[in-house]
Amino acid sequence: MTDELIRNDAVAPAPVAAVTVKARRRIAIQREIVVLLAMLVFNLLFTQHFWSVQTFNVNLTQVVTIVIVGIGMTLVVATGGIDLSVGASMAISGAIAPMIFMHLAGPWGIALAFVVPVLAAALCGVFNGWLVTRLAVQPIVATLVLFIAGRGIAQVITDGSLQAFDMPAFQWIALGKVGGVPFQVLLMFVLVAVFAWIVRKTLFGQFLLVTGGNERAAYLCGIPTARVKMLAYILCAALAGLAGLISISVNSSSDANVVGLGVELDAIAAVAVGGTSLMGGKAYIGGTLIGALIIQLLRYTLLAHGIPDAAALVVKAAIIIAAVYVQRRQR
Amino acid sequence: MTQLTHQSPLLHMQDIQISFGGVPALRQARLSVAAGEVHALIGQNGAGKSTLIKILTGAYQRAGGTVQFDGREVDFRTPKAAREAGISTIYQEINLVPYRSVAENIFLGREPRRFGLVDWRTVHRRAQELLESFGLEVDVKSAVGRHSTAIQQMVALARAVSSEAKMVIMDESTSSLDEREVELLFSVVRRLRDDGRAVIFVSHRLDELYALCDRVTVMRDGQTVAESELATFDKLQLVTTMLGRTLAEAVKEESAVKEANLAKRGAQKISVSHLGAPPKVNDVTLEVHAGEAVGLAGLLGSGRTETMRLMFGADLPGTGAVTIDGKLTPLKSPQDAIARGLAYLSEDRKAEGIIPDLSVRDNLTLVCLRTLSKHGVVDVKQQQQLVERFIAALGIKLRTADQPIRELSGGNQQKVLLARWLATQPKLLLLDEPTRGIDVGAKADVAKIVRELRDAGLAVLLSASELEELTAIADRAVVIRDGRTVAQLDGGEMSEAAIMDAIAYGGSHPSALAEAAQSATLDGVVGEQFND
Repeated sequence: MTDELIRNDAVAPAPVAAVTVKARRRIAIQREIVVLLAMLVFNLLFTQHFWSVQTFNVNLTQVVTIVIVGIGMTLVVATGGIDLSVGASMAISGAIAPMIFMHLAGPWGIALAFVVPVLAAALCGVFNGWLVTRLAVQPIVATLVLFIAGRGIAQVITDGSLQAFDMPAFQWIALGKVGGVPFQVLLMFVLVAVFAWIVRKTLFGQFLLVTGGNERAAYLCGIPTARVKMLAYILCAALAGLAGLISISVNSSSDANVVGLGVELDAIAAVAVGGTSLMGGKAYIGGTLIGALIIQLLRYTLLAHGIPDAAALVVKAAIIIAAVYVQRRQR
Repeated sequence: MTQLTHQSPLLHMQDIQISFGGVPALRQARLSVAAGEVHALIGQNGAGKSTLIKILTGAYQRAGGTVQFDGREVDFRTPKAAREAGISTIYQEINLVPYRSVAENIFLGREPRRFGLVDWRTVHRRAQELLESFGLEVDVKSAVGRHSTAIQQMVALARAVSSEAKMVIMDESTSSLDEREVELLFSVVRRLRDDGRAVIFVSHRLDELYALCDRVTVMRDGQTVAESELATFDKLQLVTTMLGRTLAEAVKEESAVKEANLAKRGAQKISVSHLGAPPKVNDVTLEVHAGEAVGLAGLLGSGRTETMRLMFGADLPGTGAVTIDGKLTPLKSPQDAIARGLAYLSEDRKAEGIIPDLSVRDNLTLVCLRTLSKHGVVDVKQQQQLVERFIAALGIKLRTADQPIRELSGGNQQKVLLARWLATQPKLLLLDEPTRGIDVGAKADVAKIVRELRDAGLAVLLSASELEELTAIADRAVVIRDGRTVAQLDGGEMSEAAIMDAIAYGGSHPSALAEAAQSATLDGVVGEQFND
């Protein structure tokens, strides 16, 4: 029998299992979906004017940058790492873009203002990945380097000055609407779908989970663990760069001191609430979206009921503790 | 079995039982240690030594049996309780606080006080005295982490001594020490013994046991199989008892088949010559042909695992050459090896094999996934078919292929890992302890699979601690000791006795068992078997 196994090519008729991987992964984030739905129902019943397109758009646009950064964060967390430098990557990207489209008119200026900043952010990812894979620095320490220095680099680029602008063609990424839905929201959903697909269906997705799940085993199986981790950090930084562009477009200005400030913590919170284990080996991109929505909706609910933002922060912390506690109990 | 000469032992453990996840780890284990003796506790990996010690020190709770310590029936619920009762444990990985001083570590948690404050002068003076009495001169105010492992062991011992422990357990304490350091450590241990304390000494280095210990308890497969005065228990007997050899008649019948198989084996698949990566591998030379199963025999720490890792490119050799298909082929990484048709099943299934949270499907297709993908996208349908085929062919028992692999039994996990490599259609299999930690039924299955693969023309190199299993599965054996090949035993020559002879006497003494057993002059050659 095994003889036959060795020589046979991979195509032999065989029964296909009823339950698929997809179904199983959906089950894994079911709990988060239930929480989100419960919050929606609560708001529909008790919050005035909740059922409106405007409310939905406001809540969704609030989470766009967090979710986009969170997608990349999910990839890095899946390898067992963490990236604290995403806010700094956003600031660098946000600092470079206006310098390009304000000095280079026409469609080329706009195009380069999208491409160059994202590439610059990706370079930050290369640096992070290099520290983690080549120098074997702990991810939290490695990314702390750019967390501290990155914003400084952004300030050096802009000479510390605030860049205000009015460039509709560029800002369309944040302010444009397609069929009444903000383009940035559509972009967010597309990115979530694309990366969820990458994690589930591609070699890279598999290698990511394997590297985070058991790195020694992965190495012995010939998986290029260093390259996988490097790619995760690069993607994370590039996505942060994109989020930086959205952030400055919303504000019509770029201030290296402010762009992406604190986003790393929001993104990590979204990842944790979304069910991705911070120990690595799991990546629920959809979960991260839901996690971000839960945190945002909670904040909105508290605000709508007259509870100040400061108090909402405490509740946010409580939610994160609850999420991590539930995860730990499952282990 | 020699009767105890001491009256009532300090420690008496009887009929100890414990199971993990339904699998019994200890059945009727027994350990009896008197005050004023150094007691050796030996057995192979997985024999239950550590489990027994953990029960004694309160880290595990026993399911059955009695423990008497110092004249009382005891049941330690926590390591702290055991410590307070006077049992001090020194682990392989020393549990000292590296950045605190030597003196602080010795008196940690019970510092002499004056007026409610730590009396540092007394702490330093007493630490100094204690270590000087060990014949050791160190600055007691220096951080303990700056010192060598040997000194750290001494500090741990000093801590045990100063805490008035009645019993000190040393678990593989010497495995990272050099000869001089070991001697120093021994002198301290002897002092403890002469003080009337009991020492339990766990080690794989047989020479050390004979140099230091008074009595021995041998464990195998969760049971105590022998208790004896060490002086009347010679080395070969010890190895034999430890490895659980029962001269199987079946092996004899098989040897004709093995000879026939060797006669029709194919071309040389791999050969390594004078492979070395000290200190674990020093000089290994062996070859494996297509269509044969070669057994790599040797005790724990003899360099089996390290040899296989070198052959697979997981570690890089310092010296020697690897030839694959007649061509000199230095391997730089597992990726390299896989590309050349090699497969390596690690002995450590948990740490180096399974990805616990991933499904059986993902685990099984891990290595061959590239071939199941187009442009980086996995062909799920093809993947599913392959998985179903291997599950059926190897008889893997599971609910669904989507089940996380950690939910499977050890034997089924092992089959999934075997399938993971078979799916790559390898030409050479390196199987490190493929039968370890799985039940008897699964062992038989694995043996059967290996035979079938061999008959299909694969080259197989496998190791097994159980010599009975090794000789049953392999066509011939290569014996290594201290990282050197000491014997090559073909079909008819291969027997457990011959392998054991080679292990004990380095192959330079091909005489019969009986003669070897009586030969007292050759003592001291069973060397350096330590756990890794």
